[in-house]
Amino acid sequence: MSNDQTIARSLGYLSLGLGLSQLLAPRQFAQTIGVRDRSDTTTLVRLIGARELLAAAGLLTSRNPAPWVWLRVGGDLMDLALLGRAASANDNEQDRVSGALAGTVGITAVDVLSGLGVSGQNGNGNGNGHGHGASNGNGRSVAGSGIGERIQETVFGGKPVRKSITIGRSPGEVYAYWRQLENLPRFMRHLEEVDELDERRSHWVATAPMGMRVEWDAEITNDIEDTEISWRSVADSAVRHEGTVRFVPAPGGRGTEVHVELTYQPPAGPVGVAIAKLTGEEPEQQISEDLRRLKQVLETGGVAVSEATRGERRLRQRPAQPLEPGESVTRGASPVGAR
Amino acid sequence: MKANVWTGKNSVEVLDVPDPRILDSRDVIVDVTSAAICGSDLHLLHGFVPTMQKGDVMGHEFMGRVVEVGSDVQTLKTGDRVVVPFPISCGSCWSCQQGLYAVCENTNPNSWMAEKFFGHSTAGVYGYSHLTGGYAGGQAEYVRAPFADANALKIPEGLTDEQVLFLGDILPTGYMGAEMCDIQPGEVVAVWGAGPVGQFAMLSAYLLGAERVIGIDRYEYRLALAREHVGAETINYEQQDVLETLRELTGGRGPDKVIDAVGMEAHSPRPDYAYDRVKQMMKIETDRPFALREAIMAVRSGGVVSVIGVYGGLVDKFPMGSVMNRGLTIRSGQCHVQRYMQPLLDRIQAGEIDPTFIISHRLPLAEAPHGYELFRNKLDNCEKVVLSA
Ligand SMILES: NC(=O)c1ccc[n+]([C@@H]2O[C@H](COP(=O)([O-])OP(=O)(O)OC[C@H]3O[C@@H](n4cnc5c(N)ncnc54)[C@H](O)[C@@H]3O)[C@@H](O)[C@H]2O)c1
Ligand SMILES: [Zn+2]
Ligand SMILES: [Zn+2]
Repeated sequence: MSNDQTIARSLGYLSLGLGLSQLLAPRQFAQTIGVRDRSDTTTLVRLIGARELLAAAGLLTSRNPAPWVWLRVGGDLMDLALLGRAASANDNEQDRVSGALAGTVGITAVDVLSGLGVSGQNGNGNGNGHGHGASNGNGRSVAGSGIGERIQETVFGGKPVRKSITIGRSPGEVYAYWRQLENLPRFMRHLEEVDELDERRSHWVATAPMGMRVEWDAEITNDIEDTEISWRSVADSAVRHEGTVRFVPAPGGRGTEVHVELTYQPPAGPVGVAIAKLTGEEPEQQISEDLRRLKQVLETGGVAVSEATRGERRLRQRPAQPLEPGESVTRGASPVGAR
Repeated sequence: MKANVWTGKNSVEVLDVPDPRILDSRDVIVDVTSAAICGSDLHLLHGFVPTMQKGDVMGHEFMGRVVEVGSDVQTLKTGDRVVVPFPISCGSCWSCQQGLYAVCENTNPNSWMAEKFFGHSTAGVYGYSHLTGGYAGGQAEYVRAPFADANALKIPEGLTDEQVLFLGDILPTGYMGAEMCDIQPGEVVAVWGAGPVGQFAMLSAYLLGAERVIGIDRYEYRLALAREHVGAETINYEQQDVLETLRELTGGRGPDKVIDAVGMEAHSPRPDYAYDRVKQMMKIETDRPFALREAIMAVRSGGVVSVIGVYGGLVDKFPMGSVMNRGLTIRSGQCHVQRYMQPLLDRIQAGEIDPTFIISHRLPLAEAPHGYELFRNKLDNCEKVVLSA
């Protein structure tokens, strides 16, 4: 089922539940939401409820949910007309039940937003599966827009992931930091260690989902000072992995645009992908957080840490409350302390 | 130590939690002497700001004494008395250099959450959900203050806590609300909400040269405060039609500049209240923008709508046609507190501003939940609660 259909479906179920309660128990519903029982509000709630049910039926049963989404929009217009009706003051109890609503309100909003493609700007490909962004002739790269061509497969599936961030340091400084590969684990959460074996070759150790640990050797395939570094895992590595990072001066003296493109195949193949998704380890997200940490390190001297975060990307976190004695936080892969 | 902890929707409790300690060499630990309850805390209490978690320590408006200093802290030492601004700034990113501290690019460890909600990340904030980083708040005996050099404002002896506490949040917020209006001589400014933020916005509008300031609310005691202490005219929206009255008061022009100091939990005496509550219930709208809608309709053509009331997500029936066709300018933001702390401290020292007039209740930290109850239900003429730890 496509993303849009999933969203339409969830909207449908929402409509169903709300519509039913509005239609069958408008008084209770009105009370629940803090509006006094009065005939005109009851009518209002009933009408909205009826519309919800209609929308629900459409959203849930139709193969093409679009018209039913529009019904909701039409319904909004109806609501607006209802708003024209005057009523006397002092009739609502603002504070009685504020809390009855809320909760996951924002989360759902986000889902709707992503349905609209608002958070889908991080398109991870330009449709040809690999290669660099188009060049505009000045050596500046234009990343694939990704709009309308969101590729389902992620980095673990073998498609390259592209991410960028702007860092308030010169290309030379950012290049130098990155080129010293030992620095990578300071901001790449899944790297435990990178050892440079010689000018070109290095040994990488990473944690994998479910506490697995993987190691491989990589070699630098392209190295243009202050501009670009490319590397890939050597043949017969357990992990097939390649990457390019480009350092482009940002306009307006804002430092350096860091453009990263990474591809890797996890050791466990498609199973690895599934596990990664189940455990919430979205590679795209990881890379953008890695870059965020790189920015923190280079701009401020270290990674920001709160009581709640332990370098994990989880909706459910440790509460924002001081740590127990002996409890420690980690940021990135390395323990807090050394910067 | 004792701390005021969010224990679920509509519930805070003072509980024993571990003492904070230095987690980063740029941290200091502050022994909190005073902490306030803010209107934003009510949005958190009511569960309108997503990503709150049971056990989160509340509080983003606080001050105290430095009792421990990280090894890389340059400008502070043990014993310094400080006010700590609510948005955490790194002091070095592009946004911080531009003075946009509340959207600092480096202090929110959960920037990925904020990116999902807002498109781009905002700064870390104390005790203000996990979306803004999951930093433990300052309604507690002690608090860890990260990036201390870039944030803590040293307070000279001789000023009381009550005189300077609000420098960490609502005084700069009200000031920024008025500053965003770009007030010209002879202009009329209307402010929705006569809560602490609205009071400071009205006061600042006068400081910045407004000829007349009109405050709008439904609580008579709050409007009285605005009249008596700030010198504003007032409209009680439950007794008067706001748009009509504003037109009447301004010779039909409408106020030149308007400030929304209400935010996402606005109340309305009209049926649109039911409408927006239904929408919120349906989770296709997160915020109830009555005050904002009204402010937009009220302002004169070409005017400025300054939004300092907090919104969390999506609003419906936003009168964009009015904004566009009448050439309005909307300005908004979580307050870039660091920008205003020193100049406002100077004004307090010079006796030009006395922020203490809004304090209606002084309670020990242990009674924080009672303070929330008073402030949330506007009981006992509650305007602002200050907790002493
Ligand atoms: N931008 C920032 O940095 C910042 C900082 C602090 C607080 N805030 C926000 O400012 C807002 C106000 O905070 P506060 O501490 O004064 O809270 P408060 O709850 O004391 O004040 C809100 C006031 O708005 C009034 N109100 C409600 N609906 C109204 C309407 N339709 N028209 C006119 N008035 C209406 C209420 O009666 C109340 O007096 C909150 O949203 C808070 O989150 C923003
Ligand atoms: Zn606040
Ligand atoms: Zn910053």
